[in-house]
Amino acid sequence: MSPSLLVGCAAGFSGDRTDAARPVVDTLLARGGPACLIFETLAERTLALAQLARAVNPDAGYEPLLDEMLRPVLADCLAHGIPVVGNFGAANPRAAARRVLALAAEVGARRPRVAVVEGDDLSAPGHRALLLQALREAGTPLGPARGGPAPGGAAARPGGPDGDGIASANAYLGAEGIARALRAGADVVVTGRVADPSLTVGPALAHFGWADDDWDRLARATMAGHLLECGAQVSGGYYADPGFKDVPDLAHVGFPIAEIDADGGCVVFKADATGGRVDEHTVKEQLLYELHDPAAYLTPDVVADISAATVEQVGPGRVRLAGVRGHPRPASLKALVFRRTGWLAEGEISYAGPGAEARARLAARVLRERWGERPDEAGTLRLDLLGVCSVFGDDAGRALAASPAGDARDVRLRVATRQPTRAAAERLAREVTALYTCGPAGGGGVRTALRERLGSLACLVPRGQVPARVEFLS
Amino acid sequence: MSLDLPLTVPLRWAAHGRTGDKGNRANISVIAWHPALYPLLLEQVSEAAVARCFAARQPSRVTRHALPTLHALNFVLDEVLDGGVNDALNLDSHGKTLAFALLDLPLQVPADLRACLKIPPAPAGVPSG
Repeated sequence: MSPSLLVGCAAGFSGDRTDAARPVVDTLLARGGPACLIFETLAERTLALAQLARAVNPDAGYEPLLDEMLRPVLADCLAHGIPVVGNFGAANPRAAARRVLALAAEVGARRPRVAVVEGDDLSAPGHRALLLQALREAGTPLGPARGGPAPGGAAARPGGPDGDGIASANAYLGAEGIARALRAGADVVVTGRVADPSLTVGPALAHFGWADDDWDRLARATMAGHLLECGAQVSGGYYADPGFKDVPDLAHVGFPIAEIDADGGCVVFKADATGGRVDEHTVKEQLLYELHDPAAYLTPDVVADISAATVEQVGPGRVRLAGVRGHPRPASLKALVFRRTGWLAEGEISYAGPGAEARARLAARVLRERWGERPDEAGTLRLDLLGVCSVFGDDAGRALAASPAGDARDVRLRVATRQPTRAAAERLAREVTALYTCGPAGGGGVRTALRERLGSLACLVPRGQVPARVEFLS
Repeated sequence: MSLDLPLTVPLRWAAHGRTGDKGNRANISVIAWHPALYPLLLEQVSEAAVARCFAARQPSRVTRHALPTLHALNFVLDEVLDGGVNDALNLDSHGKTLAFALLDLPLQVPADLRACLKIPPAPAGVPSG
């Protein structure tokens, strides 16, 4: 029977801590045995932003922190045969792979065998018919981009060759391409969009040689991957609630490692000599994170079923996940399409001291009144009073209207609107700034921000039409 | 107050949870601190109670999934994120903060289960010392 496989996770999103990998790799080396290091750096939005970056610079479009993430550990991983698997290729896996090769040379390591897994990117014109069909079937047929071309010539910018505003379109590939690359001897596997748990399932498939319809084992490895995919979120990150859920040395929270057995079962622990905690409760919170029907967690590899799963502490800082079952994988792959959908404008101003809340509420009424006086340009104006009612509130202002006027003494008014054009969005910034001289007394600290909005549409594409391609960089 | 009377405590004393998001849909887990508290969650943290808690956000549907082997509930709230991470005007476009709105829900706890609760050292919200 194959020995267990250790899978360490060193990043849970784009922009995660770059000092996370070192303790994970030190722990993998200290334990010995087969191991793999994964980086998950692609939230839903990240890929659209990466496509926009690539459109400006053909060598960009991969994880901006790739160097900082890999540099501290690449040489050791290569020297000790710990493959690195990451979706840090984002919109440009080849450029990321070239960067990995250069980085290996810079740190004096041997030249790695770097594989790219592609096939997820459906934004090219050749895929447009497939995409439009999938969006129609999803009930969200693509109309013209909202608001038409923005001033400055949106239509001329890359990403929307047909004027449909599409910035990115990617299918969620599964583990098979990663497994194929590893079986062929890859030291580093660079992917674009793959399902997050597939970063773990791929190495497990390659290591244990499971059949691709071994649903129970695939499901167990998938849930191990699910526990790992958000980095520290299983090991004490995003968990602390003083007095209720205390976490030791959160400032140095350790990243997780899963010990996966030949049946796909796993024990989760964290990197040695780090802060954080792994117990029954941290694991349950992450197990249910971003999960809908527990009997049907859909991935490209398998439908995982945790409806009878158990989570058990089996040692200090060691938790076993068991009882996961699997069902045949879906016939289709999920794809996510991002479109340019206009502009988001935000503005903020602070009030403090006696009467602060009353002055902030008056400022809100002033903005609302002036906004409504030009209904042809209006659109929703969202109002929040930070310190009174904000993130729990709603766009229509029901929660804020229902909140009794109090005597909060440090209040920040925030307003936000979405507008089809940049010019319309800029009007909000002017209205907020004008509160300095035309609004209630003592307002200060105005900040305004403007950014392009990206709306997402989900659809399903037939699996056979989006095969994963694996290629080694020469 | 007699020790035999049921206690009314914030859900946070009996359970913990986390919000996740996909598009315009949020899920919120509610995980019992102790297996003996799980039946109370089943009985009192209903789909209707959760829908009331988020009434201002007008979710189009609230679905509860029970996970008896984990002593946990998973709530799925459709169209609760005012468009979701890419569309919402909310400062917290992911809805990541929402679990703590739910954890404020009042829960009736029989006095004999008091020892199963997570009771903070000082009353919640009151600084000690």
